[in-house]
Amino acid sequence: MLRQPEHDRNADETAPAEATTARAAPPVVDVHDVTVAYHRRPVLWDVDLVLDEPRLVGIVGPNGAGKSTLIKAILGLVPLASGRVQIFGQEVAAVRRRIGYVPQRESVDWDFPVTVLDVVLMGTYGRLGWLRRPGRRERDTARECLAHVGMADYASRQIGQLSGGQQQRVFLARALAQQADIYFMDEPMAGVDAATERVVFDLLAELRRQHKAVLVVHHDLRTVPKYFDYVVLLNMGVVAAGPTADVFTTKNLQQTYGGRLSVLDDAAEALQKQQRSR
Amino acid sequence: MFAWPAYNTLVVLAGASLLGMAGGLVGSFAVLRRRSLLGDALAHAALPGLCLAFLLVGRRSLPAMQAGALATGVLGVIVIALLRRATRVKEDAAIGIVLSVAFGAGVVLLRYIQNETTEGSKAGLDAYLFGKTAGMIAADVVFIAAVAALCAAAVLILFKELKLVAFDSAFAHVQGWPTLSLDLLLLGLIAVSVVISLPAVGVVLTAALLILPGAAARFWTSRLDRLLVVAMLFGLLTGAIGTLISAQVAGLPAGPLIVLVGAALFLISALAGPRRGAVARWIALTLQRRQLAKQRLLIALYEASDLAKTQGLLPGAQVITAGALAVSEAMPIAKARRDVRAGQRAGLLDRAGAWTERGASQALAAVRAQRICRQALRDYPELMVSRFDLDYSAAVADLPRELLETIELKLRREGAWPDNPRSGMTAGTSP
Amino acid sequence: MNVLGVHLSEATLWSMAVGIVTNVACAVLGCHLVLRRLSLLGDAISHAVLPGIVVGYLLSGSLGVLTMLAGAWAAAILTSLLTDSLTRYGNVPEDASMGVVFTSLFALGVVLVSRYARNVHIDADCVLYGLIDTAALDVVAVARWYVPRVLLTLAPVLLATLVFLAVFWKELKLTSFDPALAAALGFRPRMVHYLFMGMVATVTVASFEAVGSILVIAMLIVPAATAQLLTDRLLRMVVAAACVGAISAIVGCWGAVRWNTSAAGMMAVVAGGQFAVAVCFAPRYGLLSKLWHTWQLGLRIVGEDVVARLFRAEELARSAPRTTALTAPARAGHLARLAGGPIAGRLALAQLWWRGDVAFRGDTGLTLTERGRRLAQMLVRGHRLWESYLGEHFALPLDHLHEPAERLEHYLGPRLQEQLAEELAEPGRDPHGREIPPSA
Repeated sequence: MLRQPEHDRNADETAPAEATTARAAPPVVDVHDVTVAYHRRPVLWDVDLVLDEPRLVGIVGPNGAGKSTLIKAILGLVPLASGRVQIFGQEVAAVRRRIGYVPQRESVDWDFPVTVLDVVLMGTYGRLGWLRRPGRRERDTARECLAHVGMADYASRQIGQLSGGQQQRVFLARALAQQADIYFMDEPMAGVDAATERVVFDLLAELRRQHKAVLVVHHDLRTVPKYFDYVVLLNMGVVAAGPTADVFTTKNLQQTYGGRLSVLDDAAEALQKQQRSR
Repeated sequence: MFAWPAYNTLVVLAGASLLGMAGGLVGSFAVLRRRSLLGDALAHAALPGLCLAFLLVGRRSLPAMQAGALATGVLGVIVIALLRRATRVKEDAAIGIVLSVAFGAGVVLLRYIQNETTEGSKAGLDAYLFGKTAGMIAADVVFIAAVAALCAAAVLILFKELKLVAFDSAFAHVQGWPTLSLDLLLLGLIAVSVVISLPAVGVVLTAALLILPGAAARFWTSRLDRLLVVAMLFGLLTGAIGTLISAQVAGLPAGPLIVLVGAALFLISALAGPRRGAVARWIALTLQRRQLAKQRLLIALYEASDLAKTQGLLPGAQVITAGALAVSEAMPIAKARRDVRAGQRAGLLDRAGAWTERGASQALAAVRAQRICRQALRDYPELMVSRFDLDYSAAVADLPRELLETIELKLRREGAWPDNPRSGMTAGTSP
Repeated sequence: MNVLGVHLSEATLWSMAVGIVTNVACAVLGCHLVLRRLSLLGDAISHAVLPGIVVGYLLSGSLGVLTMLAGAWAAAILTSLLTDSLTRYGNVPEDASMGVVFTSLFALGVVLVSRYARNVHIDADCVLYGLIDTAALDVVAVARWYVPRVLLTLAPVLLATLVFLAVFWKELKLTSFDPALAAALGFRPRMVHYLFMGMVATVTVASFEAVGSILVIAMLIVPAATAQLLTDRLLRMVVAAACVGAISAIVGCWGAVRWNTSAAGMMAVVAGGQFAVAVCFAPRYGLLSKLWHTWQLGLRIVGEDVVARLFRAEELARSAPRTTALTAPARAGHLARLAGGPIAGRLALAQLWWRGDVAFRGDTGLTLTERGRRLAQMLVRGHRLWESYLGEHFALPLDHLHEPAERLEHYLGPRLQEQLAEELAEPGRDPHGREIPPSA
């Protein structure tokens, strides 16, 4: 399960020393005391997170709470001021091939002269390593992944000619082509159409069936209970983390968002839906 | 030996100083507005204009050539803007394209003039490439002074508006200021100061006269009015010293020398500027690193002694051992040993590894600040996120008194309020 | 050889060869420079290699290829590092730090050249124009040929560039397109960046003798930017850039002889000319094609408005036969003016007639053909579905529904219409009470 290991002294019933040693399988993701700072200003502060089993995890928090930074810190894309990160019990560099990553859509130049298939092929580069070229097998994989997100017909289009939702689907297909065991997605549902949202949802469900771990930065509180098994509420530090039903509460949300009412209304609506569905 | 400059040299000196001042004044805005390289493109694009004017007039005529330079220079900038707006060409490529193609056209015309026309070889157009201050006469200086005064007057009158546009043009636009006109005015000022600098500094390096003084001045002050004064002073020094050196050393083009003087001033500023300079930054960074390292050490040691005390896991609760530290902070034993030794060196722990009085009180303060921070971040995230600092004492320093008390009360209730680590020690164990 | 009234001597042909090799090497590398938005860093490096070359020369006392290369690499890396650290640690805006670094280094280079290196190959003229015009004067015997010495440096560099691009094709593409993913996959984007900039420095140095320090940048950027306007595939872009570069060299050298001027400058001008042509006439991204598409879209909208109007008139005629005389047959000119003004309206009408959507009956009467009726039915259906959707979901007053629907009807494809109909449970009538026609 996902938890926030208690290092505070007041949690005296469990000795913290045991938590890290007496476990058979290493946790999927182990974030220990991670602080990320620009100069002296922290973006993430003392983040502790352990995900024991591969599950769908939503990372939620207000703007500027460090959600994307958390993913980048786990992936080693930003330098850590302190702390360490392990994935499957190893350093990130050692398990890169088991990691899939979907960056934010704005992070790339959509005028770039590549086709949709080229972009998906990039997902296979990690397994190929330096210098080896993608061959027929990689192409087949890429085509399958494209078909999976319903974009097979667009394979030879230039990426700039796609709509926002379609671009997002291409990014998802690329992550699938990485054939990873753990996926990190940065706002995959931001500004996409309903059809793409459905594709994302189906994909997440399928990854769950395949026992993959998926960490998703998510902005829409209304859909959190629908999508995720676990939730991390983040605002510079971890406010709460755990199973959605336990953690996604009005009180925790109020703490995370500091009483921004419009957001909390959305959450309240979602919570009601969740309760009705039970 | 340094000889007292003759009349001619004084004229040149005055001209170059004025050029530097105008460049510094206008260039500061260009740097702040992220338009530094526009000046470079403009200067390069002026070359074909110079040559065309020469071909049209048929002889060397300064006003005609400057008008030509101004025309093609401004045309180049307009082409950059159009390329950026109407095509998929990005701004950096647009600048590079205009700059290099225009320069190529200039070179073509220049060579053509030199090869094909009789008076071409004597026209001294070559001097426009790398600059030549020696030819400057009193009339030129008067002209330069007039243009510099024009620039100064424009900046003085529209100081507030230009400041707003340079700082946040989107905001200025929403406020109803005519940002486009102000930008065009700025462009115009850049254009005229580039064009008057061309004969002295040359098309290749004129941009430096705009960029260097403003960028150097930025290291000394953060206020725009002072920045402009400092930039003008730097410009003046750049022009004057560069000219003096080029007058002493025969055979060297003036432009590169002037630029090198500007570069030296920039280097000095970048190193020695207060707050923003490299030295000041390095000192601040080192102090901060040390302080953060000490804070981490204090907290780690405190946690270790607290663990030993409350859990009774290890014998000798009064003494912090590397083992206890390694367990409580989940760190390798070698690093824990280093930390304990560091604590002893800093006088926080005594030889045996027990807290000294100073160490205990410092550790208590650090841990309290950390706990308050942590609690405040949970309870009042909106308040904390904006003021957060890795130095916890600084982060909690200006929190309101009542808030601190509330948090302390809460922590005490939960039993998480740290106590002095020396309390509970048997007296006499520490020397 | 006589081409278009210009006699091209053997020396000129050799200059052309030098130009082609230089330009192709620059152009293919320039593609990634443009795509990575590093054009200006390329500019900076091409200036900054000058002091590197001179210092390399002064230290070794010869103009050997390797010393020059070493000096240039050092200068290129220095430029990159200084620019980076000024931006990052000095808070100097990126463009300003670039401007500071390269102008200073270039000035240093010029002073060094003028002061210490006057009597060797490099002088101020060479810095500016290169030696391409006189390349054939300095020859080396290779087999039965006398080959310009610079060509012996340039040819291997071109080969190295092509090999570099081929070997690192995948890595360059990935790091150019998505550095974040590249880092996550374990390809080090910074290392690739420095490798690439090292290659740029190499090509710059090799080209320096031929075209001079400033015009190198034209050879690096302009062909690549031209190619970017022409195609959407990386490989095609590289090939197109190489072609543009080669054409610049050939035409440039020809022009230099024709007008007795600098070949390097002429090559830059020809490259610029090709770029201008591409900006105007490129098939998809050219200004003309953009204008044409906007115009086509405008015409289509006017045409669709006309057929929709005709459809509504038919509808009205069916429901209230007495007003027939007033509505149908509609007067073509009147309709067209209503829809889009006299000129665009007439053009749109002509287009509709040509496609067989409308037929002229009598002198001025205009009726829908079967084909046109189907088109109109689609449009009106879309229009009314959207009105219903807006009415249901946004609670707009009735008189506010028409305008957005009028704009959107042209963009509602059959799929969107199906979705709308499904969402609205196949409504029979729009909020105004008019019948929504079935899909055609």
